[in-house]
Amino acid sequence: MSISSQSDLVSAEISPHEFSQLWRASRRESLGRAWYKFSRNPLSLIGAGTVLFVIILAVFAPYIAPYPEHVKPFTDFANASNPPSSSHWFGTDEIGRDILSRIIFGYRFSLTMGLVVLSIVVPVGVFLGLVAGYFQHTWFDTIIMRITDIFLAVPPLILALSVASILERNLLNSMLAVCLTWWPWYTRLVYGITTGLRNEFFVTSAEITGASKFHILFREILPNCISPVFTKMSLDMGWVIIIGASLSFVGLGVQPPNPDLGTMVAAGRRYLPDEWWMSVFPALAIVLVVLGFNLFGDGLRDLFAAENS
Amino acid sequence: MSEAILEVRDLKKHFVVDHIGTFRRQPVTVRAVDGISFDLQAGETLGLVGESGSGKSTIAYILAGMYRPTQGRIHFRGLDLFSENGKRPLFLKKEIQIVFQDPGSSLNPRRTIAQNLAVPLQIHKPDKNIMRETLRLLELVDLPAIYMYKYPNMLSGGEKQIVAIARALATDPSFMILDEPTSALDVSVQGKVINLLMRLQSDLDLTYLFITHDLSLMRNIATRVAIMYLGKICEISKGSEFFQNPQHPYTQMLLSSIPVVSKDEEKLKPAKMIPTGEIPSPVNIPPGCSFNTRCPKKMDVCFEIDPDFVEISRQHFARCHLFGQTQKQG
Amino acid sequence: MVNKAPLLEIKNLRVHYKVYGGVLKVLDGVNLTVYPGEKVGLVGETGCGKTTTMKTALAILPVPPGVVVGGEILYKGRNLLAMSPRQLSNVRGREMTMIFQDPMAALNPVFNVEQQFTPVLKHAAKNHLSNKEIHAQAVLALQDVALADPERLLQAYPIQLSGGMRQRVCIGMALATRPQLLIADEPGTALDVTIQAQVLRLLNNLVDRLNTSIILITHSLGVVYETVDRLYVMYAGNIVEVAPTRKLFSNPLHPYSQGLMDAVPKLSGGGISQGISGRIPDYSHPPAGCRFHTRCSHVMEICRHQKPPEFEVEEGHKVACYLYGPKNQEAAV
Repeated sequence: MSISSQSDLVSAEISPHEFSQLWRASRRESLGRAWYKFSRNPLSLIGAGTVLFVIILAVFAPYIAPYPEHVKPFTDFANASNPPSSSHWFGTDEIGRDILSRIIFGYRFSLTMGLVVLSIVVPVGVFLGLVAGYFQHTWFDTIIMRITDIFLAVPPLILALSVASILERNLLNSMLAVCLTWWPWYTRLVYGITTGLRNEFFVTSAEITGASKFHILFREILPNCISPVFTKMSLDMGWVIIIGASLSFVGLGVQPPNPDLGTMVAAGRRYLPDEWWMSVFPALAIVLVVLGFNLFGDGLRDLFAAENS
Repeated sequence: MSEAILEVRDLKKHFVVDHIGTFRRQPVTVRAVDGISFDLQAGETLGLVGESGSGKSTIAYILAGMYRPTQGRIHFRGLDLFSENGKRPLFLKKEIQIVFQDPGSSLNPRRTIAQNLAVPLQIHKPDKNIMRETLRLLELVDLPAIYMYKYPNMLSGGEKQIVAIARALATDPSFMILDEPTSALDVSVQGKVINLLMRLQSDLDLTYLFITHDLSLMRNIATRVAIMYLGKICEISKGSEFFQNPQHPYTQMLLSSIPVVSKDEEKLKPAKMIPTGEIPSPVNIPPGCSFNTRCPKKMDVCFEIDPDFVEISRQHFARCHLFGQTQKQG
Repeated sequence: MVNKAPLLEIKNLRVHYKVYGGVLKVLDGVNLTVYPGEKVGLVGETGCGKTTTMKTALAILPVPPGVVVGGEILYKGRNLLAMSPRQLSNVRGREMTMIFQDPMAALNPVFNVEQQFTPVLKHAAKNHLSNKEIHAQAVLALQDVALADPERLLQAYPIQLSGGMRQRVCIGMALATRPQLLIADEPGTALDVTIQAQVLRLLNNLVDRLNTSIILITHSLGVVYETVDRLYVMYAGNIVEVAPTRKLFSNPLHPYSQGLMDAVPKLSGGGISQGISGRIPDYSHPPAGCRFHTRCSHVMEICRHQKPPEFEVEEGHKVACYLYGPKNQEAAV
C-alpha cells in the first residue's frame, strides 16, 4: 500500500513526530521501489555484487590476502614462477611473489585511482556544465563548451599518456593526467541536462519570483542532475581504472614494487605463453572490476530512466 | 467602473527565428504578438482565448516578465513594467504571479512540496516562519498538511496544479496570470481547480488573466472575453454579450467548432459557420486582415487593408471590415 | 441493428499489470459490443482503462507487465485472444485498424507520405500489389480525406504537413484498406478546436459512407455527443453505463456518469460544478464491491461488498449500479 493514498485521510492536526515517521515511510517506499526495479535485471545484481566484492577485497586486503608481505619488497626465488597451486591459487611471479595477494592489493590502487579522479573531475565538470548550460548562448557558454569540445576530440588515453609522460612517473601524476582528460565528459552531460531544464516551468517560476542565480543553479537544477551523474560515475569507474592500468602498463603510473594490475600485466607479458598466469590473472582481475562497474552502472541507468518516465 | 490595474498598449513581440540568404542575411521573424491593447479592471477575470499559435501564451510570458516586449507599453497600477533599466523591481514580482499549463513541469521533481513552496517565501517573506507559511498555503488551497513532505510524482495532475497555485499565492499577489491551468486535467478534476480559483479570487481580491482555448469554460467564469488570432485581438466584449451576440467571423467559427453536450448549447452555435482551413504559420501572416484565408465573409478590402478595432456596441469591440463599413454608413 | 450478429464483442475482459508492490487490477470485467456499421463511444477519465481495453483488443498490450487474466474478445465470433500471430495479422491491419492521438508520433518522420502508405496497403493486400497500384490506392485514400493535390502530398514528409493534415493522412491510411472496424483513440485531442471539428466531421462522414464500425475512445464528452450512436462510460476498469448517446446525455443514471456530465462546462452557462470528489482508486487495492463507492454520494451498504451487475433499465440502456436494481425499483414504486 502506498502512503500517498492513505494520507488523504490524515488531518492537518499532526505532530512533528508523526510527520517525520510518514516522511521516513515514504523514503522507505521509494527505496524499496528502486531496489525492486534494480533487482529485476540479474545483470545489474551481478554487477553490484562484483563491485561490492572488489571493494571488500581492497578495504580488507591485509586480512584477506594470503601473503600480505609479498606486496612489499620481497623475493623468494625458491618459489619463483610457480604455476597455480593450492598454496598459490594464481601462481607466483618471476621473483616468487603470490599473484593473488598482489591482485588483492592492486585493487587498492585501482579503486583509489578511480575514486580520486572522479572526486576531482565530477565537481569541476558538473559546475562548468551547470553554468555554461544555464547561461546558454553567452560568451561564457561558448568558451567553456569549445574548450570541452577540444578535449573531447582527443582520445582520452592518448591525452593522458602524453600528459603523464612529461610529468614525473608516479601514481599522483598519472591521476592528474587522467583528471585532465575526464572533466569534459561531465561538463557535456550536465550541460545537456541544464539546457533542457532551464526552460522547465519550475525554473522559470523561480526566476520570475526573483530567485538568485545561485538558488536556481544549485537548488533547482543540480538535484535533477544527480541521477545521471551518478550513473555516469559508476560507468566511468571502470574506464578510469582501465586508463590507470594502461598508464601503469607502459610504466607511467604506479611504480614497482607497488602492486598495480596494469604493471603486473606488463611484467608478466614477457613470460607468455609458458608462464601465462603472471599476466592472465591480473588482466582478468581488471576485466572483473571494469565489468562489475559497467553492469552496475547500466542497472542504475535503467533505474533512473524508469524513474523519470 | 472600477480602476484599471493593468493597461496594455500596442504590445508587440517579434521573435527572430532564423536568417535567410547567404550574403545579405534577412532575419525571419515570427510576429507572435502584433499590436495588442487591452485594460484589466481590478477583480475581474479576462478570458484570453485563441488557438495554438495565436500568441496568447506570449502575452502571459511578457506580463510575467519572461520576455521583454519588442514594442508597446504595459502599466501595472500606473507603473511601467518594462522601464529602461530592464530589471523588474521585487515588489512588482510579488504582485504579478503566473500558473503554467503543464502541472508536470511546474514543480521541481527532486524537491518536496514544502521545498517547492519555500522558493517564493524565502525571497519575499524572509522574516516569516517558512514552515508556518507553508502550512498556511496548503490550508488555503485545501490540501492536507502532510503533502508538504511529498514529492511531486506522488501527486495527481490536479493536485500538482493546486500546489502550483499555492506557490503563486505565496507572495500575496494581486494579479494572477493563469496560462491554461486546467487544459491538462480531466473534466472531473477541472471543476475542483476552477472552483478553487474562483473562491480564491473572491477571498483574496485577485484579478485574473485567464488564458485558454476552451470557450465553454470561459462562458462560465470570465467577466470579459477576448479572442486572439495570429497575434491580434479580433473581438473583445463582456462575457454574457459575447456568447449571445458574437460578431467577428472567427469568433463565430470558433463557437461553431466547440463540441457541446446538450440541445441548449447547440442552439448557441452559429449554424451557418462551418469551420474550414487552418491557422497560417505566424512567419507568413497574410497581408490585410490575417483571417482572410479562412473567412467565409471575406471581401476584396480584406486582402489589402488590415481592419481597425471598432466599438460595435457598448464595450464590445471587433476588428473586421464588416463593421468598419456599417460605421461609415451610419 | 440489435438483431445483427455483433462485429466485435468484448466479454468480461480482465487485464492486470504486474508491477512493484503487487498487481494492478486494471480491467475488472469489461463488456463491450459493436455491431456492423455502428459508431460506438468509450469515455472515461485518464487512467480508467480505456486505452488498455483497446490495446488488448488489438493485441498490442505490452506483456509483461500486462496480463490478460480472463474474458474473451470475439471478432466475428472468433476469439482474438486465442489466435496465432499469423491469424491475428490477417485481422489486424486488414479488417481492424487504428488511429492514434498524436499524428506526428504515428507517422515516421523519415518517410514521405507514399512510403508511409506502402507497408499498410501491402499488408492489407497480402503483398500482391505493384508500386503503381499502391500509388493509385494512396491517391484515392487521400481524396477520401478531402486533401487537395494528393499527387504532390504523397511526396511530402510529415514535418511539411500541418497538424490537421497529418491526422487526415492517418485517417486516410486507416481507412485505405476498407476495414470493417476502426478504433480511434482520442483522434482530435492533439488538435486545435476548429481543426478538431473539421477532422471529426470528416471522419464521421467517411465511416458513414464506407459503413465502417468505429470505436471512438475519448475523455471529451463533447466529441462523442456529436459523433457516436451508442456510448459506453467507463470507470476504474468497469463499464458503468451504456446507452444510446442522446439518451445517456439527457438522462444519465449512474452517479459517475451524472458527475461527469455535470462537470463539463456548458456553453449555455450555469457555473462550474465541483466535479467528482476523490480520485480514481489505487488499482493495486481497488475498493471492494462497486469500485465507485468511495466517491459515490448515493452509496448503500451493498455497494461496499458486492460488485453491481448490469441492470437493463430500458432497452439498450444498461447501468451497473444498485440504485437501479430490482429491490430499489420496488422500493421506489
